[in-house]
Amino acid sequence: MKLETQHFTQTIMTTSSRTTAAWIFLSPALAVIGIFFVLPVLAAFTLSFTDFDIYALGNWDYIRFVGFQNYIRIVETPLFWKALKNTFYFVLVGGPLSVAVSLGTALMLNSKLAKFKSLYRTIYFLPVVSSLIAVAIIWRYLYHPAHGILNYLLSQIGIAPIDWLGDPDIAMPAIIIMAVWKNFGYNMLIFIAGLQNIPDDLYEAAHLDGASWWQQFKEITIPMLKPTTVFVVMITIIGYFQLFAEPYVMTQGGPLNSTTSIVLLMYEQGFRWWSMGYAAAIAFVLFAIILFFTVIQMVLQRSVRH
Amino acid sequence: MKNKFLNIVFILVSVAAIRCDHSTDTVTVIKFWGLGNEGEMVVPLIKEFERRNPTIKVEMQQIPWTAAHEKLLTAYAGESTPDVGQLGNTWLPEFSVLNSLEPLDPFARNSSMVDVNDIFPGVLKTNIIDSVLSGIPWYVDTRVVYYRKDILQRAGYDEFPATWSEVLKASETIQRQAKAKNKICYPFFLPTNEWVPAIALGMQFGGNFLKSKNSQGNFSGEQFTKAFTLLDEFYRKQYSPSGMQLITNLYNAFSDGLIAMYITGPWNIGEFTRRIPAHLQNEWMTAPLPTMDSLSPGTSLPLGTSLVIFKNSKHKEAAWKLIEFLTSVEQSIEFYKITGNLPPRQSAWQDSSLASNTYIKAFYRQLQRVDPLPQIPEWEQIVIRLQIYVEYIATGTMTVDQAVKQFDTEVDVMLEKRRWLVEREN
Repeated sequence: MKLETQHFTQTIMTTSSRTTAAWIFLSPALAVIGIFFVLPVLAAFTLSFTDFDIYALGNWDYIRFVGFQNYIRIVETPLFWKALKNTFYFVLVGGPLSVAVSLGTALMLNSKLAKFKSLYRTIYFLPVVSSLIAVAIIWRYLYHPAHGILNYLLSQIGIAPIDWLGDPDIAMPAIIIMAVWKNFGYNMLIFIAGLQNIPDDLYEAAHLDGASWWQQFKEITIPMLKPTTVFVVMITIIGYFQLFAEPYVMTQGGPLNSTTSIVLLMYEQGFRWWSMGYAAAIAFVLFAIILFFTVIQMVLQRSVRH
Repeated sequence: MKNKFLNIVFILVSVAAIRCDHSTDTVTVIKFWGLGNEGEMVVPLIKEFERRNPTIKVEMQQIPWTAAHEKLLTAYAGESTPDVGQLGNTWLPEFSVLNSLEPLDPFARNSSMVDVNDIFPGVLKTNIIDSVLSGIPWYVDTRVVYYRKDILQRAGYDEFPATWSEVLKASETIQRQAKAKNKICYPFFLPTNEWVPAIALGMQFGGNFLKSKNSQGNFSGEQFTKAFTLLDEFYRKQYSPSGMQLITNLYNAFSDGLIAMYITGPWNIGEFTRRIPAHLQNEWMTAPLPTMDSLSPGTSLPLGTSLVIFKNSKHKEAAWKLIEFLTSVEQSIEFYKITGNLPPRQSAWQDSSLASNTYIKAFYRQLQRVDPLPQIPEWEQIVIRLQIYVEYIATGTMTVDQAVKQFDTEVDVMLEKRRWLVEREN
């Protein structure tokens, strides 16, 4: 038995058969990625150059290749620009806010004064693991203009009721608040890990030199956390560009399209009106935007490392 | 580990058991997808159906309205449509384009229970797509005016005004009387996020929303422009608020006299009865829409839902039995009692439960004059887009002429494929 195994190991150890073995072991994963990722992406890319719609769904003769027409139509649609603006609003306000809240809580939880650290860590992490749909429904209750607890609390300090999800100017900030609350826990954990990697002797030396808390934070914590921060910002921005479930559940993109995001627009075009070709084109525009920002950040990250 | 294994065995065994159940038993299982609240309320009726038809079992699935359209289209694409489905009757053209609906004429012809001539003609028309009967109306819905009797009486109208010009006059008087008392009043609430009033008015001026075989927008045509101008008059003279922020709660606004007239559907009979304070309960009433021509009432929309059989169904006979049962006069009265949804069969309205409800009379009169909307798959998308333009004219962002012209260009983009198909056929 033992001899056989040894013999078997020896045979596959020759280089060419080693690669073959690697391929054999990888093939299930590759097949899954190919069938469920690469193929659909290629199909969607092809689709984005056709006018696949409800008529085509009924009769495949009615598909036309339209070249870049879908992409041209996207640029010409005011609603796309509105959705793009909303998405950037969400990313540029919600992203930094989320990172700041994560960093703040991480600093507090990493402080030597903090007690019950793991309890708080768990509590702050809970929103991340709870189902977004359930959370969004609960927040819809919190935001209710007449019966919501938020407006009740505000009324206690004399602030008139706010129509959180009904006012076009407030709906997006309301969604941002919810999204930040939902997501900050994840980044917080990464920040805590980053903070724990900073050697204590740096702080001790600074302390001996008489540096204040603020000086220590500015001169030690921030620079030492740079790689972590770049990573967190990158992940957050990529995630936030794909804003969908929050407005889908809470506002359906309204009021006055003020919370329509790119992904929501794509979903509506694709599954509500079944303009699949057009929706696929929107998907690739979003892909290009996210790719652009990711490349910028990778360049930044590289410059941080060196 | 052992537990997991047992679980899997259990699942496999039960799947096998269900399988056996299907193949050996004589019971036919049909799938029925119901929408929203109705999907839930219909359960007792389904139980009764199963009691009367022991060989048929109905697997009921409820789908929320907000996701229904997507879900049905996706089901079609994935070839997993149910046997019987409930469709908003404005969706029928779309599913008919997909060639996914079983023609029901042969079934209806030989049926002793379904009598198409008893159905309100305007509603029946919405179910006939390219002269094929594609669905059987299950319950009907149209829009009428809810109004404050006392406020209109004070303005000199014992009966609800029958024409739009009278309504404008009444609005002027109501507003003047309110101002004299230093009160704010918007006599006729026409929400800026609804397309129904605009389309109803458009129909009264002659319809013609689209042209060239429904392949081009005609909203800038004479008829709709007139309708939009009339709608605009309500906003310009502040007979209706031009935003949605002022009226946060419709029922409070109605009770406070902030609004006196409002176009809405049958479900609000129940809501008004529940939410209007007791001392005002005798002061509200319903009336059919005012008219633009000599005929009264004015045209309104035939809405509501229909039951269809999907072509993929393997149990069409059983599916038809369920439709026959649910749309019968007897069961539609029963359904009215449970849900307040109005029966499509005119003879059902003679039943005491309907005849005794004074608020329902307006709906009966209105249903005698409803006209179908253009039967094209893009229609839903078009009217939802129209809401933005209602808002544009209400807020004064655009003039009526600018709005209808720009809307037409948008509609033409939506109808591009249809134009190509029409040209291809020629």
